[in-house]
Amino acid sequence: MQNDVIAFLIAAIVKIALMLFIILTACAYIVWLERKVIGHIQNRWGPTRVGPFGLLQPAADGLKFILKEDVIPDNVYRTLYVAAPIISLAVSLVSICIIPFGDSITVFGYTTPLQITGIANSSGMAVDINIGLLIILAVTSVGVYGIALAGWSSNSKYALLGSLRASAQLMSYELALGLSLVGVLMLSGSLSLRQIVEHQQGGLWHWNLFNGGWQIVAFFIYLMAAYAETNRIPFDLPEAETELVAGYHTEYSSMKFAMFFVAEYANMVTVGCLATLLFFGGWNSPFGDLLPAFGGPLVQALIPVLWFALKVFFFIFLYIWIRGTLPRFRYDQLMSFGWKFLLPLAIANIVITGFAMALLHQ
Amino acid sequence: MLHYILFFLFAAIALGGALNLLFQRHPINSALSLILVMMSLAVLYLLLGAEFVAAVQILVYAGAIMVLFVFVIMLLNAGEEERSRTSRVAYLAGVPGALAVLGLLLYSVFAHNSNFGSVQLGTYLVSTGALGGLLFRDFLLPFEITSVLILIAIMGAVVLGRRDS
Repeated sequence: MQNDVIAFLIAAIVKIALMLFIILTACAYIVWLERKVIGHIQNRWGPTRVGPFGLLQPAADGLKFILKEDVIPDNVYRTLYVAAPIISLAVSLVSICIIPFGDSITVFGYTTPLQITGIANSSGMAVDINIGLLIILAVTSVGVYGIALAGWSSNSKYALLGSLRASAQLMSYELALGLSLVGVLMLSGSLSLRQIVEHQQGGLWHWNLFNGGWQIVAFFIYLMAAYAETNRIPFDLPEAETELVAGYHTEYSSMKFAMFFVAEYANMVTVGCLATLLFFGGWNSPFGDLLPAFGGPLVQALIPVLWFALKVFFFIFLYIWIRGTLPRFRYDQLMSFGWKFLLPLAIANIVITGFAMALLHQ
Repeated sequence: MLHYILFFLFAAIALGGALNLLFQRHPINSALSLILVMMSLAVLYLLLGAEFVAAVQILVYAGAIMVLFVFVIMLLNAGEEERSRTSRVAYLAGVPGALAVLGLLLYSVFAHNSNFGSVQLGTYLVSTGALGGLLFRDFLLPFEITSVLILIAIMGAVVLGRRDS
């Protein structure tokens, strides 16, 4: 095989291994962050015993999940019972493969984009998938199967009801989610995530949220639809303990339950990444070109990743903050909110954005 | 070369899924096989360069329509099918009929033998913008009529699903 192919394969394997490690560790520590932040909101400490500030708590939790007894009830539909958490986790991780974290980086003389599904073309520019955003939406739609099949294969009334409610909620809010992103698509003229971010270059004022397109309404619709998609408060009735025991993961124990758990937090990370890419300028710094370039090319390639991580951290904090503050919706309130309020509002946003673009183009 | 490998692999998966759908007794297995067929069709669209259609195939077919099928199977608690006695006439007339149709299809496909393999991976690439331009300029009337048709279908579903009050 030629040198190029070998170098490409090595770079791809390194990127995948790095991303897997970072995402799984991030999910574990988002759980820690959630317990600490919600603890402080509720005027208590959260985990403090295991390690300094409770920082080793996720390690203890991971050990607990691995060492627990893995119970498979008798009358479950075995193949789907085992496959459902696999589908959930696989779908969450595939979404993260498509997300770009920055421009190209040159390590040991090899230039590669900071994205698992990106390649550097002959002039060194990073090239993305043409339909990146659509693939993320498609993969999210397929994620509904993890929940639906988990509840059904558990052969239990509570699990089935919880999974049906969760699937119906997910499908209803997918519409509002997709339509809220159409405004951003019209502004950037492309479904490729890199081109959407490049459209928002130039600092805070040029983001899609502000002068880049004033997509404030679309941003809030996206945020609410994404909260419903990830089954988080205020939309987490399918998982509420007081309602349906534990919803679709009632009959799951130890590692399979942990896979659902990690899938949920990985979905939160994906939502945060998408929100920063589409509305907050991605990896562009809010100061634009005001800061002088310092350090070598490696530092310059990694600073955008730092900005990206800060913005995603803000979204995760927002998720946790809202969880600690708001009560949850009742199921009929939830469904009517999605269909009767968010969907017409998203369509109105598309119409107004198109109208404004047509007028301003004259 | 890669084009042939991908095409034959995913065509085989699509055919295998379709056959599995017919031969499975439990409806949930059939539904899952159909999802597999939809996904391999999406890959085949991608091989022809229709990237938007491939993504929308997964989004709509595999991610929404098939979820509906799975919902119905879950809600109606459909169990395994039992083997029943089929009628003799269906067996005597059906099998030769199906073979005749298959023969006709094979003939019409192999009559154009020389065109096989002429579209390679990367020959065409339909950008979403080009597709949108075509849909909203050249084919605007069929597009609008199709939307009205879908609206009528939705209204029909709402009327049928309404409770008699």
